[in-house]
Amino acid sequence: MKIGVPKENFPGERRVATTPDVAIQLKKLGYDVSVESGAGEAANFSDDAYREAGCEIFATGSDLWSGSDIVMKVRAPDDSEVDLLRAGQTLISFIWPAQNPDLLKAFTEKGATVLAMDSIPRISRAQKMDVLSSMANIAGYRAVVEAAQHFGRFFTGQITAAGKVPPAKILVIGAGVAGLAAIGAAKSMGAIVRSFDTRPEVKEQVESMDAEFLMLDFEDDEGGSGEGGYAKVMSEEFIKAEMALFAEQAKDVDIIITTALIPGKPAPKLITADMVFSMKDGSVIVDLAAEQGGNCELTEPDQLVVKDGVTLIGYTDLPSRLAAQSSQLYGTNLRHLLTDMTPEKDGQAVVDMEDEVIRGATICKDGETTWPPPVPKLSATPPKKEPEPAPVVVEEKRSVRGPVIAAVAGGLALLGLGAVAPPSFMAHFTVFVLACFIGYMVIWNVTPALHTPLMSVTNAISSIIVIGALLQVSSDVPEIKWIAVATLLITSINIAGGFAVTRRMLDMFRK
Amino acid sequence: MISTGIVTVSYIAATILFILALGGLSNQETASRGNWYGIVGMTIALLATLFGVVTQNYVELILALLLGGSIGLLLAKRVQMTEMPELVAILHSLVGLAAVFVGFASFMDPTAHFEGIEQTVHDIEIYLGILIGAVTFSGSVIAFGKLSGRIGGSPLMLPARHWLNLGLLIASIWFGYEFVVQSAIGGGLNPLIIMTFIALLFGIHMVMAIGGADMPVVVSMLNSYSGWAASATGFMLSNDLLIVTGALVGSSGAILSYIMCRAMNRKFLSVIAGGFGTGGGTSGKGDEDHGEVVPVEAEETAALLAGAKEVMIIPGYGMAVAQAQHIVHEITRALRDKGVNVRFGIHPVAGRMPGHMNVLLAEAKVPYDIVFEMDEINEDFPDVDVSVVIGANDIVNPSALTDPDSPIAGMPVLECWKGTTSIVLKRSMATGYAGVQNPLFFLENTRMLFGDAKETLDNVFKAL
Repeated sequence: MKIGVPKENFPGERRVATTPDVAIQLKKLGYDVSVESGAGEAANFSDDAYREAGCEIFATGSDLWSGSDIVMKVRAPDDSEVDLLRAGQTLISFIWPAQNPDLLKAFTEKGATVLAMDSIPRISRAQKMDVLSSMANIAGYRAVVEAAQHFGRFFTGQITAAGKVPPAKILVIGAGVAGLAAIGAAKSMGAIVRSFDTRPEVKEQVESMDAEFLMLDFEDDEGGSGEGGYAKVMSEEFIKAEMALFAEQAKDVDIIITTALIPGKPAPKLITADMVFSMKDGSVIVDLAAEQGGNCELTEPDQLVVKDGVTLIGYTDLPSRLAAQSSQLYGTNLRHLLTDMTPEKDGQAVVDMEDEVIRGATICKDGETTWPPPVPKLSATPPKKEPEPAPVVVEEKRSVRGPVIAAVAGGLALLGLGAVAPPSFMAHFTVFVLACFIGYMVIWNVTPALHTPLMSVTNAISSIIVIGALLQVSSDVPEIKWIAVATLLITSINIAGGFAVTRRMLDMFRK
Repeated sequence: MISTGIVTVSYIAATILFILALGGLSNQETASRGNWYGIVGMTIALLATLFGVVTQNYVELILALLLGGSIGLLLAKRVQMTEMPELVAILHSLVGLAAVFVGFASFMDPTAHFEGIEQTVHDIEIYLGILIGAVTFSGSVIAFGKLSGRIGGSPLMLPARHWLNLGLLIASIWFGYEFVVQSAIGGGLNPLIIMTFIALLFGIHMVMAIGGADMPVVVSMLNSYSGWAASATGFMLSNDLLIVTGALVGSSGAILSYIMCRAMNRKFLSVIAGGFGTGGGTSGKGDEDHGEVVPVEAEETAALLAGAKEVMIIPGYGMAVAQAQHIVHEITRALRDKGVNVRFGIHPVAGRMPGHMNVLLAEAKVPYDIVFEMDEINEDFPDVDVSVVIGANDIVNPSALTDPDSPIAGMPVLECWKGTTSIVLKRSMATGYAGVQNPLFFLENTRMLFGDAKETLDNVFKAL
């Protein structure tokens, strides 16, 4: 089958759905890949690079669309592209079907098959094709770069000959993929990073990146996690406590990066105009939720504005501003999806509606709307982990009856033995029991690292049985003599071998 | 010819030296001295007996000692450290065989005369000595076969095997009774021989029914038996040195078996009853969709290791099979030179005998002060950046702690998943010995490095 990658025609979009590296991988799956001339230019992938990777280059988009069985895009197609889509063709791209019902309808009427990359279910198996995570990661990184660009100071604190430079303080709101990426980037530039999230379980992740997790002074056990590991809408008191925290932080920090999103809802307004005005001059706010209305009241989508000395960045195309990286990750995500769709590696894509991942991504198939998909059962993080069940239950149940019975039976057996056994036997028996106890005491002190030498040395000394053979070897009965000689032979193997191998092993242990 | 008193004193000296020998093994510094105590003790005992008891047949005696001694030294010199479990098993079998021989010789000895109850006690001692010796012998031979791969490692599951064992036990008791009765009137050889065969059969069947990874328990149990066999022989010959030494060895083996069983959270009897992992039915949530494994390449592994501060290496039997301990040491040294804190975490039942991994690492010249027991380092995993699991499976299975239905529930395991990243070296996705799927492999912070451990580690080392 032929895969076509058109040039993105959305203004300012620099990404491309396939890089030359990914194209090579796709060819290994048996596909022919063609690219519209100039498709990768903005992401620094030249037509020649694609040609070297074995791609065919089409001069115009319409030729490419008509010559491809599968079209892979980044942005959802615009009207002119929808016109080029034909029945039986497969389109793989960002679609956002919930926000674009008209588009979905148009696809259905065309009779095409469309897979929306944004609709891939968030289950662990599908992580490798999770474009939302890939893009969020890039957006988080880029947000820090943008902030650094517009912030007038170092991130890291320094003591220089010219004086002391305080480190920048950064607050990251929302510790999802983008938030964590922002924390990592800011941290590695030397800033003091704080983070807040309504989901308490991300505290560990934030702290693992050496950032400070801000806690609300708020009694609540509702937890902020909703379906699929995303955040949900919180109660009123919670939001009040949260806002108080932000107001206090706004006065202190230099940069705020907000990444708070709730699926299917407008972005929560977390930073009010008053908070912005309370910030120091020269502070920067990067609002990653600008597309969904922004977490900050004063954000203007796609714009950089300065209000009362505070720079507000509302870019919605942050991944596109890191086009080479985004294209590579997006292309790899697409390749993983195609790998799953091409089980035979014969270049024939199969839309298997039994596969939970492909089922979730497919929003319409051969002229039939298949969105929304049935709700997947698995959630990315189980809402509440059971505390690890104590494995000692088995031991606890062990009753005392067993040992008591054993002790009584042992005692009776010993009494019985004492009653019938001759005194000479009992003398030996005393020695035996005492020796067992000495052995017990001594062996518990042996370090586990030396258990193998212990076995070989006990093996050597248990060959003390040689004494038995020596007692018998002087017998006048030939059979006994020869049996004793044979015993001597095998026990001496054991003595020499056991001690020698123990020595060899012990010599190897060194500091 | 030296007097009986001197012989007895020498025996006491030997006994004390043996106890000191075992005591010396309590740590690495004194261990070598401990071994010398053992050698000196054995020499004293041999010389005292040689000069105090033996009256004739010196030529045969010396020849046998020299021949056996040189075979033993040769074996000890030639053996590969990975083959230690086999060597120990075959040496155990020799002790068992010796006990059988001494028992028969003692039975046939015409100079021994006992009356009444003493005769009965002596007969029982002979009978028990031979019984334990024969079980030790055949069991050890089978264990040797299994450990060296001459016999398949999977447990042999005869139908009604528990009844078979019970039948063999009852038969032994009945022939024991027959033997004592017949021996009192001068006979008894036949029941003794039949019993020997039954005991041999029992030993074979017992070890055949036990699977590969339960071998640490089996080897230490056979170690214990060889001690009890020596002890029983001591009773038979009224020799306290044998009784004491046998008891020391017997309790040593018993404690090792106990430690091994505890490390697997299983009862000794259920290990001995055998057939673990093939019972079916209780595979827990085995069929559940665990998710996706994330494979990793050698270069990436090297990069991860080089970028880490704390590395924990968890070796398992797979490392011994692949003979990968030397390359592991090379990697360890390279990383330590770069300032990475590399440590080893050893599970008590890793490998095929107690302490197996420690010996292999020592052979590869890994310093023993960076090799730790599970209990010492399990707390440290949250601070570990990269854990490298080499050829181990069940000992790093989180379901032992989280899934009460799992066949290995409650077994203490190395909690490597608490670290930042775990890299698991494995040949394939096959389940471990217990037949339990390992959720560790599907965790988000686990990377799988497939292939032969030695080859892949070679590549990792090159990439470093």
